[in-house]
Amino acid sequence: MKRYLPFVIVCVVALATFGSGAMLYRVKHEQLQAIPQDKATSANNGSESMHIRGNPDAPVTLEEFGDFQCPPCGSFAAFSEQIMKEYDSRLRIVFRHFPLSAHENARAASLAAEAAGLQGHFWEMYDVLYREQAAWSKAPNARELFESYAGTIGLNVDQFKKDMDGDQAKARVDSDQARGQSLGINVTPTIYINGQPVDPKDKNPQGVRAAIDAALAGKPPA
Amino acid sequence: MTVSRFRTILYTVVAIVAVAGLADATFLSVQALTGETLSCGGSPDCFKVLGSAYAKVGGIPVALLGAFAYFCVFTFATFAAFGYARARTFLILTISAMFLATLWFLYVQAFLLHAYCRYCLLSAAMTFLLAGLLIATPPSQRGSGK
Repeated sequence: MKRYLPFVIVCVVALATFGSGAMLYRVKHEQLQAIPQDKATSANNGSESMHIRGNPDAPVTLEEFGDFQCPPCGSFAAFSEQIMKEYDSRLRIVFRHFPLSAHENARAASLAAEAAGLQGHFWEMYDVLYREQAAWSKAPNARELFESYAGTIGLNVDQFKKDMDGDQAKARVDSDQARGQSLGINVTPTIYINGQPVDPKDKNPQGVRAAIDAALAGKPPA
Repeated sequence: MTVSRFRTILYTVVAIVAVAGLADATFLSVQALTGETLSCGGSPDCFKVLGSAYAKVGGIPVALLGAFAYFCVFTFATFAAFGYARARTFLILTISAMFLATLWFLYVQAFLLHAYCRYCLLSAAMTFLLAGLLIATPPSQRGSGK
């Protein structure tokens, strides 16, 4: 019996490792819901509650749930600029706020973007926030930096300060976050192409382009 | 305590440490396979390291290779504890390779990525511990192995 014992021990550990790994994989693998048709982003319904970049009538909508303090979201923002050029009028990008509680300045950044949006400059602030992410992410005076960015992009800074504290900006950030939570989102960036979630492992240039191409061809994403 | 018993205890400790390393590497492998390392929200310390180009070799997550290496160490240590003398040779080879790989990954984290993943540091600590235990284990007498 003792002769077989090491084989038994090794097999038991192998099975336990494989089993626990598979269970962990199932738990961690995001169970994202597709965006229901009635909640889908359409240029004709509720455009006042979303930020669209690109052709509002584009056949493909890339909806991103992002956090301005999240470095992968920053990388994705740079990539999204490229794909906007590549796909031109065939693609529109919708941004939704999903500030994570682990990121101390993320919510304030979202409010800053919304305050800029109230003056019609959401995307300009979006670009600055991601470009300067490293500067404000850990800064104790992040709000002062946001105000300086507001001045740089030509906003009325006094109005911007008021709007950052106003209910309108808060309501909009909260609304996006609630939408994300209702879809089962817990990480950023989370990306949807025409209402279908992009698998987390495909959140790379190749995977996103493939999903957009599939949507253009009228196929469901892989 | 006899040398043989001391050796068996040390090999058992090596096997236990290898199981701990296997658990750590399995967790990191799952993170890599689910794409969590490409996102914020999971382990913020790890995405920089595990989401980098250094985290894969030929498309395979390094964590998965690490899990395989820890499993090999566990297997060889278990057989060595049961008196299979040749298992020690494989154990030395595997732990030496892991030791060198650990030095490389510590260099990558410190000087190339300027970011540390605490799970990777835990794995590095366990590899160093394994190397120390192996050095402390007296070799088997010739001819007594299976």
